[in-house]
Amino acid sequence: MGFKIFVPIDSTSLSLGADDVADLIAATAKKRNIDVTIIRNGSRGMFWLEPLVEVQTDDGRLAYGPIEMNDVDSLFDCEFYLGGQHPKYLGPTEELTWLKKQERLTFARTGITDPLSIDDYIAHDGFNGLLKSLKMTNQQIVDEVKESGLRGRGGAAFPTGIKWQTVLDVESDQKYIVCNADEGDSGTYSDRMAMENDPFMLIEGMVIAGLAVNADHGYIYLRSEYPHALVTLNKAIKIAEENNYLGKNILNSGKNFNLEVRRAAGAYICGEETSLLESLEGKRGLVRYKPPLPAIKGLFGKPTVVNNVISLATIPIIMSKGAKYYANFGVGRSKGTLPIQLAGNLKNTGLIEKAFGITLRELLYDFGGGSASGKKIKAVQVGGPLGAFIAEEHFDIELDYEAYSKLNAVVGHGGIVAFDETVNMAEMARYSFEFCAIESCGKCTPCRIGSTRGMEVIDKITANDEQAKNVQLLENLCDTMVNGSLCAMGGMTPFPVMSALKYFPKDFGVDTNASDT
Amino acid sequence: MNEINIQVHIDKFKDTPGGLLPLMHSIQDEFGYIPEESYPLISQSMNLSVAEIHGFVSFYHHFRTRKTGRNIIQVCRAESCQAMNVRHLEQYIKNKLGIDYHEMTEDQKFSLEPVYCLGNCACSPSIMINDEVYGRVTEEKVDQLIKDYK
Repeated sequence: MGFKIFVPIDSTSLSLGADDVADLIAATAKKRNIDVTIIRNGSRGMFWLEPLVEVQTDDGRLAYGPIEMNDVDSLFDCEFYLGGQHPKYLGPTEELTWLKKQERLTFARTGITDPLSIDDYIAHDGFNGLLKSLKMTNQQIVDEVKESGLRGRGGAAFPTGIKWQTVLDVESDQKYIVCNADEGDSGTYSDRMAMENDPFMLIEGMVIAGLAVNADHGYIYLRSEYPHALVTLNKAIKIAEENNYLGKNILNSGKNFNLEVRRAAGAYICGEETSLLESLEGKRGLVRYKPPLPAIKGLFGKPTVVNNVISLATIPIIMSKGAKYYANFGVGRSKGTLPIQLAGNLKNTGLIEKAFGITLRELLYDFGGGSASGKKIKAVQVGGPLGAFIAEEHFDIELDYEAYSKLNAVVGHGGIVAFDETVNMAEMARYSFEFCAIESCGKCTPCRIGSTRGMEVIDKITANDEQAKNVQLLENLCDTMVNGSLCAMGGMTPFPVMSALKYFPKDFGVDTNASDT
Repeated sequence: MNEINIQVHIDKFKDTPGGLLPLMHSIQDEFGYIPEESYPLISQSMNLSVAEIHGFVSFYHHFRTRKTGRNIIQVCRAESCQAMNVRHLEQYIKNKLGIDYHEMTEDQKFSLEPVYCLGNCACSPSIMINDEVYGRVTEEKVDQLIKDYK
């Protein structure tokens, strides 16, 4: 067996050279005649420390990082495989503050296990939720999910249990479970991490969803920008089938569930559920009118559960530990935990799973360590490209769905992008429109045309061309987009735009006193 | 492209529900792009009009109807990478390659495309070359990567 060394295989770790580091450790061990087994685990989500190399010792796992190629020889010199001291030694992994301060439920296994080892998965509470669900009725499963208070983690925060109930209540010869893995929001990567680092969890969640609503076929609609996740998911599906957790007569229960991955094709709008369904049907991803809801008439006209990756991936722990256990985390109507992703201009970036109720300031400074550039943090975009920019005066508001809604902001998918003081917020507002113009499906006029007109109006404002009139025009345009668009693309693009103008008028060259009139 | 080659892909997906999406991936994976000459054949087999196929392909940023360079460099232009100065980096890459977005270098070694989020936001700015993502990309790293992929 030899010494156990862990080198992550998450794509962010790979983007920093984890493969090369793993190869070099293997080659060096061979050269020095040291017997090591390299395990490619998932990432713990502390990305400023990646590639994070861990070793298994009698005192638990010890961490070294970030490891570059030229560190490897010195690691061997100081016998890191025995836990030797080294400048990059960080201590026992579990004791690192970043991890200790979290409540990891959905991401409990992430970084600990080998993503494609079904034995690892089972040894860490894997498939317990499924085993319990197999002994329950449809209604009992749905009730458990309702009681957990789980709300759609994709951004819309619709109660998952209620969606499932709707699908369960419709009579149909065919129903579908669709996993929305088109994680297009900038600043978010928790879906990718779940799929690459713990794929059996998503599979288990989808099988349970199928059991709950009587669906026997599932699709994972995966964005094309995630080639590593595609490979991992396909391998995991194959392994799950071979072990009878997927396919026909699952664990001799008489229940069937087939699962396939469909690669998306680079359209942001296909993260919107009805556009996603059109795309899955082999069409242009044009947004549909609602009603009918996808829960009643979804994929190929059949009742369909469309859930985000994290929502489905959270089902196994809810079923395994019980709804009450999950609901005990969180505040108010925001129950459970939220996987928060720190991104942009921060010193320490990565995944933080915490119960709802943490403030932005704690995230940016206690976890994030302030800006990467060392400059003052000026604005933070929460919840992806359709989320508002938050100014420092609101850094102390608790991150929960209702509190943010009062601010005209969204928690969304939990992505947090920090900007330092060098950012020009008028440029960011203009970019929001530009992005909308590029990604609009084109169905609704306010979104299709308004996005381009919006860029022009912002250009006029910043050029001080009839400024007061154009600020008024921008407000009217945003109002039209909010009220005249079918989906969040046109309906929410005004959020970042208006928040930028409201909190950072100087960047637009707008005199605050004049804009009040 | 020849008709036999395309037909192999069509036969694989013509009975798959929603099969046009995986079919187009399958064709692009083999040829590097989707030849427009294939539309009539797809149209016949999938019971779709050529206009519908054109509409489908042109809707998705990922699908291309023209030949690309041997390597495709995608530069992430989304917010997190902007917060880490990708606007500067993208200009550097454009100058270095001597091309703008959606163009190919004269030696046909590189194509340049914008992309809106690679999910590598913890290590911005990020670029992707073919199927590999690179994080915390600097000008020096760009120079090195372009040399490596040439």
